[in-house]
Amino acid sequence: MAFSPEQIHKLASLAKLRVEEEAVEVISSQIDNIMQLIDQMEQADTSGITPLSHPQDPVLRLREDVPTQTDMRDEFMVLNEHSEAGLFMVPKVID
Amino acid sequence: MLDHSLTQIAKALRDGSISSVELTQLALDKADANARLNAFISLNPEQALTAAAAADAALKAGNDDPLCGIVTAHKDLFCTKDILTTCGSKILSNFISPYDATVIEKSNARHLVSIGKTNMDEFAMGSTTESSYYGATLNPWNTEHVPGGSSGGAAAVVAAGIVPVSTGTDTGGSVRQPAALCNLTGIKPTYGRVSRWGMVAFASSFDQAGVFANSAEDAAIMLEAICGYDEKDSTSIEKQEIDFKSDLNQNLEGMRVGLPKQFFNAELDAGIADTVMAAANELEKQGAVLVEVDLPNSALGIPCYYVLAPAEASSNLSRFDGVRYGFRAEEYTDLESMYVNTRSEGFGDEVKRRILVGTYALSSGYYDAYYIKAQKLRRLIANDFTTAFEHCDVILGPTTPHTAPKLGAVNNDPVSMYLEDIYTVTLNLAGLPGLSVPAGFDQNGLPIGMQLIGNYMQEAKILNVAHQFQQATDWHTQRPANIGGES
Amino acid sequence: MSQTKWEVVIGLEIHTQLSTKSKIFSRASTAYGAEANRQTTPVDIALPGVLPVMNKHAAELAIRFGLAVGAKINARSTFERKNYFYPDSPKAYQITQFEVPIVGEGELEIDTINGKKMIGITRAHLEEDAGKSIHGAMTGKTGIDLNRCGTPLIEIVSEPDMRSSAEAVAFLRKIHGIVRYIGISDGNMQEGSFRCDANISVRPFGQDEFGTRAEIKNINSFRFVEAAIEHEIERQIDLIEAGGTVVQETRLYDPDRDETRSMRSKEEAHDYRYFPDPDLPPMVIDEATIEAIRADLPELPEPRIARFISEFSLSEEDATLLMADRQSADFFETCNAKTTAKPAQVNNWIHSELSAHLNKENLSMADSKIDADALAGLLDRISDDTISGKIAKEVFAAMWAGEGSADDVILAKGLKQISDSGAIENIVKEILAKHPEQVEQYLAGEQKMIGFFVGQVMKASQGKANPKQANEILRKLLSS
Ligand SMILES: [Mg+2]
Ligand SMILES: [Zn+2]
Repeated sequence: MAFSPEQIHKLASLAKLRVEEEAVEVISSQIDNIMQLIDQMEQADTSGITPLSHPQDPVLRLREDVPTQTDMRDEFMVLNEHSEAGLFMVPKVID
Repeated sequence: MLDHSLTQIAKALRDGSISSVELTQLALDKADANARLNAFISLNPEQALTAAAAADAALKAGNDDPLCGIVTAHKDLFCTKDILTTCGSKILSNFISPYDATVIEKSNARHLVSIGKTNMDEFAMGSTTESSYYGATLNPWNTEHVPGGSSGGAAAVVAAGIVPVSTGTDTGGSVRQPAALCNLTGIKPTYGRVSRWGMVAFASSFDQAGVFANSAEDAAIMLEAICGYDEKDSTSIEKQEIDFKSDLNQNLEGMRVGLPKQFFNAELDAGIADTVMAAANELEKQGAVLVEVDLPNSALGIPCYYVLAPAEASSNLSRFDGVRYGFRAEEYTDLESMYVNTRSEGFGDEVKRRILVGTYALSSGYYDAYYIKAQKLRRLIANDFTTAFEHCDVILGPTTPHTAPKLGAVNNDPVSMYLEDIYTVTLNLAGLPGLSVPAGFDQNGLPIGMQLIGNYMQEAKILNVAHQFQQATDWHTQRPANIGGES
Repeated sequence: MSQTKWEVVIGLEIHTQLSTKSKIFSRASTAYGAEANRQTTPVDIALPGVLPVMNKHAAELAIRFGLAVGAKINARSTFERKNYFYPDSPKAYQITQFEVPIVGEGELEIDTINGKKMIGITRAHLEEDAGKSIHGAMTGKTGIDLNRCGTPLIEIVSEPDMRSSAEAVAFLRKIHGIVRYIGISDGNMQEGSFRCDANISVRPFGQDEFGTRAEIKNINSFRFVEAAIEHEIERQIDLIEAGGTVVQETRLYDPDRDETRSMRSKEEAHDYRYFPDPDLPPMVIDEATIEAIRADLPELPEPRIARFISEFSLSEEDATLLMADRQSADFFETCNAKTTAKPAQVNNWIHSELSAHLNKENLSMADSKIDADALAGLLDRISDDTISGKIAKEVFAAMWAGEGSADDVILAKGLKQISDSGAIENIVKEILAKHPEQVEQYLAGEQKMIGFFVGQVMKASQGKANPKQANEILRKLLSS
């Protein structure tokens, strides 16, 4: 299957990436090649097989409901240049 | 001293022939002398020397830990306080973690002295270390070749004799493949053995930390240091016995070594096939029984892996959005352009490619055909191993189909690069332990590795086989020529 | 607009914060009102390398809800990632239960104008709350506070079984009552602990298939639910009748303008790419755990109302009112068991004197300064004629002010009722002697003057005379 430029742009927009117009062709052919490799999966008969999400099928461990947090706000805020008044700042969000 | 065994260095640290501070300075000097390898992203001499001084004090006080005062280096994917953790990416090029990864905490608790953070493919996506934002690492055996990846820096620093052991991570082969390409013993334990807390996630259900060393014995000692249950990781294995050394000296009498017929296929370089068979014969000579085993779906490991790993990665890497930490684009007009510009400028091509593939595999209308299909195939592949281990104790095969490629030879062709992982990814799909051991050299003098695969939690068994092999061979003691500085 | 031609179809998605001490996947505190970003851990900031660890109590509270509404509990449930970029979602995915939720199908009865009606519950799943966007503090920028991020939620999803805004409100109130009653959530809508999205569509009566629905997001007060739904119904009908078509979209209700508007930012590319969270294996709950939670459930409102009616002869209205929160119902039962007073009297005191004092100080029943035992002590003194009902209110106020038990207050203030007929007779004689004119009027046939005399007696005795006795003695002396 070949990827249309629209498909590439749609994927890129879901992933918040930009694909420049001049790169669309190269990227779609690369992804095409990868998908051809992936399509080899069709060779396997997987009917009746349960999907495997976690190696060895473990069960979730649950922890006790005890807060043990220490206040790390100051350490977090210095991780970027944009924070103000203890808040992470982004361009204005309009709903 | 730096290329001695851990046991020898530990002895030297105690008999006064060298201090940890001296050893650390030696390692730092050697790192400088080999700067052209570009194996480190960051060096932290001051912290290292402080830690070494603390190790010396502990040694003086009678600390009998075999790792106390030993120098090491961590892959730049483990979060470390006070020093950069970049994951080989521009998007984390300014990131200093406010917390330590569990692997780091455990290493520090053992008084291991880390001199720096090693180079890697960006977000561990690659098999050459060429996709690093910080440039490619060179193979110490031949600097026109890659060291493998993604833990290429971690392999190069041990191969060059800068440190005797290092940490890496293995999502699809990223410890075993560079170990093979750099003539090292590299082990990836059972998924869940080592806590993933503080490991920057690539593909969470595959990622597992491992170690590089000059021998199976050293690998066993180092691996014990980082394994263990961690309540901070919900996939960490709670009940685990951590003793990889006790069985090293068992003889191989009656050990059933399985040779998967699918691993000796047309893609495999003939020289490597011969080398691995020669190794198999050596094991047989020691009393092992060679049996053929069947891994019928192993050829589909690559397509399966290249659906699941990018899918998980596409989600794991979404947090790099420029909001709270890491790189943020200079230019943007609104939230959307802030996101898009940050991520488009912050990620390299291979990472973007995998994000797009993973996004596609999860998108509505394709999820069942790709993601669910791959998860079913993943179970078939795991089941293949379960069946194989009914007929053998360990599995032996090549680690890679080829020796180290030249710089630039494969990284422009994603699919052929992906196919280099053909013998390693199936273990990550199943969650099994595996290691690579030096087994010979090709006609160009480049190392050849062989892979030993164990059943779940049977690291001790594959290390035993590797150690016994190393008692009879000297491939693992070979060192590259033209290395700068003193050891 | 012809409302009569159109059938309205409404389904609700209700988000309820669970009352845990720590967050669902991190060890940060969930307390409300901390300074911005002070209740965050590396997990809540979504630093590289962090991992979620599930809070057991959040699972227990979700199961508690499921059992309370008689829904199926899934012994094995899964956690998935819902992927979307938004600044208040730091991982750019929300951990939620998509494939198999902890709570499966159930149903709930509501009261409608046409009588009782069953509303289907599709599911209730565990998930994490998002952070908060703070607008306006800085021009051109939005600030992100992640304190709320990771607070455990259950999302309760109904079947599209409601046919009017009134039914939707009734269902919402019912759920609100249950989550508070069984103690899994404070249900505080102002603080955002209880929020509702409504899926609304219209179709001509008689049509089987549903119309295209619009989703109204984040309705955060009961007052707005009805208005928002009514408004949306009107908008859709107007649109269709004008020849337009409803598009499937997310809309936001603006209570200031009383209108819903399209949320364009959430419109584009609605592909959440759900997949199992590789960091969280499936959650398996054993039968013993479920049974322990069941055993710990309080008697539920519905059967308890029925029992209050039959056992205590309360009216349905009174019983329902007591059930508005569990503390009131418990208070009533405890007090009633301790006192010789009639259940109706206990009920009256709770709804008059006690609730007036609580309201005045803005306290909930749990914070009442007079507990059920203390009130029982007071009511006993009315029953045994130690004090009158009127004096009892004075005693109550003193008890509320912390002056001790009913007996302490009665003793300290000398409020014991005068039941000695000789003493009362002396007072009555004095009063009659003081008011000859009024005695004349009474004797001339103005029976109501008796009230005046009783009042005077009570005044003279500072309220302590037994009014019944005073009345009897007055009539006896006046007729002699
Ligand atoms: Mg929803
Ligand atoms: Zn939700």
